[in-house]
Amino acid sequence: MSNVKSKFKGSLKQYSMLIALVVIIIFFHILTGGRLLKPMNVSNIVFQNAYVVILAVGMLLCILTGGNIDLSVGSVVALVGACAGQMILVWHWDVYLSIAICLIIGMLVGAWQGFWIAYVRIPAFIVTLSGQLVFRGLTLLILNGMTLAPFPENYLMFSTGFIAKSARVDLLGTSINIVCLITGVVVALIFCIAQIVNNRSRKRKGYETDTHLALGIKLVVISAALIWFFTLLAQYQGIPSVLIILGILLVVYTFFTTKTVIGRHIYALGGNEKAARLSGVKTNNLMFFAYVNMSFLAAVAGLVFAARLNSASPVTGVGFELDAIGACFIGGASAYGGIGTVGGTLIGALIMGMLNNGMSIMGINSNLQQVVKGLVLLGAVAFDVIGKMNLNLLPKRKKVVIAAEKA
Amino acid sequence: MGNTILKMLNITKEFPGVKALDQVNIEVQEGEIHAICGENGAGKSTLMNVLSGIYPFGSYDGDVIFQGQVCRFHNIKDSEHKGIVIIHQELALVPYLSIAENMFLGNEQAAVGVVNWDVTYQKASEYMVMVGLHENPRALIKDIGMGKQQLVEIAKALAKDVKLLILDEPTSSLNESDAKNLLDLLLKFKHEKGITSILISHKLNELAYCADNITVIRDGHSIETLVKDKDEISEARIIKGMVGREMTNRFPPREHHIGDVALEVRDWTVYHPLYADRKVVDNVSLTIHKGEVVGIAGLIGAGRTELAMSMFGHAYGVRISGVMFKDGKPIELHTIPHAIEAGLAYVTEDRKGNGLIIPDSIKHNFTLARPQFISKRGVLDKDMETHKAKDLRVKLGVKAPSVEQIVGNLSGGNQQKVLVGKWIFAEPDVLLLDEPTRGVDVGAKYEIYQIINDLVTQGKAVLMISSELPEILGMCDRIYVMNEGHMIAELDGKAASQESIMGYIMQDSKKEIGA
Repeated sequence: MSNVKSKFKGSLKQYSMLIALVVIIIFFHILTGGRLLKPMNVSNIVFQNAYVVILAVGMLLCILTGGNIDLSVGSVVALVGACAGQMILVWHWDVYLSIAICLIIGMLVGAWQGFWIAYVRIPAFIVTLSGQLVFRGLTLLILNGMTLAPFPENYLMFSTGFIAKSARVDLLGTSINIVCLITGVVVALIFCIAQIVNNRSRKRKGYETDTHLALGIKLVVISAALIWFFTLLAQYQGIPSVLIILGILLVVYTFFTTKTVIGRHIYALGGNEKAARLSGVKTNNLMFFAYVNMSFLAAVAGLVFAARLNSASPVTGVGFELDAIGACFIGGASAYGGIGTVGGTLIGALIMGMLNNGMSIMGINSNLQQVVKGLVLLGAVAFDVIGKMNLNLLPKRKKVVIAAEKA
Repeated sequence: MGNTILKMLNITKEFPGVKALDQVNIEVQEGEIHAICGENGAGKSTLMNVLSGIYPFGSYDGDVIFQGQVCRFHNIKDSEHKGIVIIHQELALVPYLSIAENMFLGNEQAAVGVVNWDVTYQKASEYMVMVGLHENPRALIKDIGMGKQQLVEIAKALAKDVKLLILDEPTSSLNESDAKNLLDLLLKFKHEKGITSILISHKLNELAYCADNITVIRDGHSIETLVKDKDEISEARIIKGMVGREMTNRFPPREHHIGDVALEVRDWTVYHPLYADRKVVDNVSLTIHKGEVVGIAGLIGAGRTELAMSMFGHAYGVRISGVMFKDGKPIELHTIPHAIEAGLAYVTEDRKGNGLIIPDSIKHNFTLARPQFISKRGVLDKDMETHKAKDLRVKLGVKAPSVEQIVGNLSGGNQQKVLVGKWIFAEPDVLLLDEPTRGVDVGAKYEIYQIINDLVTQGKAVLMISSELPEILGMCDRIYVMNEGHMIAELDGKAASQESIMGYIMQDSKKEIGA
């Protein structure tokens, strides 16, 4: 009985930020008179927050290695946008080639910073602070202080376009994008089948499995949420192409952090670097990788963001690093490293995004918005810290004895 | 009998899911040295945290009565105000501040917030004389040894006008002579100043040496209080109270089947990573056979840890020279992954600093050194991991509700088992165990010895570094003695004695001074 209870408590903690996100959504949905979840606005939220999610996933890996952050990402976003502008608009290079070169530039930037951080052991804070200045400066040099615009249609497609925009049918009196709806159903189905197959194979191998009830609830809730989300998108223009990029990144990085040996090693590095090293973990290489990866994702975000602005501007991306860092910490990452998940980071980014969007719709003064976001960041982390304190300090009245302890 | 200075009545303290203390009673007389002993996880540290206000009044049930008054401490400051000072196992000193600055940290010799350094250093010198610490009060903490740091902590307590001094395993990281100095100091304070001390220790010979009364705690209950000159105070008697049964043999028996040479090192020399011309290990040769436990005895700083770590994929030191043979074949191990691959394992002496990922689960710690065993092409099979971790947990007797438990929440003995488990999981042929039972109670020690015996019975080779001579003598087939980076003797396990080992070390040290 106590086991079930502690499990429930554990999952309550695990899902507390998700619950907070749902509460925020409902709260703003009501306050905005239902405008928050209008199909067009949902599409907007995806566009507005794509770059934060991409950056936050990269930032998560840096934070996992031991609370290290990357202050240069905003400048890298601008630098990559400027390079894309220069190659596509000034030199008229092929769009695909330019995108590939931009991604390579991102990795080179990461290799530069990673080298100093991982092998020379200069604190990440200092290296990336330097990077913030250097790459912002390079951006200004490339653009000569000017803004380049507009990008060609085939470049914009990757970020601001929609998939099969014109495939619309009338369903129950509303016009919807059928490709989007079908995609939603297929994604939900794939998810369900994967879960069921996984559970079956665990059962066959004699491992512990979820109960049928728990599995059922999980599948129904998540499928319903997925289909509902895609239905909303379908009522507008369909699937934003950036959502495909996001989806792929989230799946890949979730897999990477939870299921691969290298991912496990990153957590170990952040949890105790010396112990990880003595266990054969190549700590320097991992640190290097985290920063190469961060700048690679900053390059992706830079390409996405340039398309959204439809211009390459020297002031792009100022303060983006703080959005990304904020998303990680709201999403439960530890400032000391070793703790944090991709899912949590996504939720953290969405909480920030919903606040931004909801308050903008309500017409709240943007200065006040900053105050609110700052307090939410502090509140979220305080909630986490105090939650842990309660666990240790306040005694529980009821007497519970763990069976294993007695055995 | 003096006055009762401290009474703790019916102390009960619960954590979620665990009752750490259950109706514990303890009574301490003024001017005595009162020892508290019990196995790891028995609740000793929890009890002291209640006493010193780390767990504030209201978070436990029962009464703390100090000098006749019921105490309601809300934090450490409250208890220190009353003259109760606790010195934790992990010292709370700031490495980059001087001895004097540390001594008066939080108790600065200041007027209106401005520190008077003349008074600070003057007083620091006085207290240092009292504790027998011969150092410059301006020396930085990081530059003095562990034994001296411990003395600084005690001087710091004296500076706070201490009435009741609590020491939580003060000697666990000290060598034998430093440990004896410390105990003598407590005895001196008792006789000269009438300072009452509470001493928590695993080292039963120390308790027998200096304690007036010994309270035994087991599973959160106070079991009994042994009184000097009235009760029999012997190691066997104390162990009986702690584990609740007679332990006739502190070292489990094992069958000896010694096979071929598993690992051999010849002319092994290692230089210090910072001081380029300092040889930390000097021309050492040793062999370890399959099925054999080989001990390395020596004082702290003899170079034993450095030897083992340098053998383990050059984890320590620079300009390492010498040759290494495994199963008769020469091998070169330049990195730790190479060493693990070659079948070596090094179990560190510092489980929190170098050994475990404290905020992570038992199962993740188990599998860290060899994720290959639970993965295919770099992708983890988490179900297999859980399954294997569960088996290992049961095999090693790690007491925890599940393998998902965070290692930081386990007691010292269980953490040590997890650390050893990590390397057993890696399936090595040769294990280099560095202080495998440090800070671990008698019961858990016995279990770790059993684990070691199982390993050698399976044909694995074990090199065991330990500063506790009885352990070396009780467990090892063959014993090397190291001093100042040299291998000075090789003894047969049965023939060796504490006296003979110490004799070699003394003789060698004399030579060093003479030369």
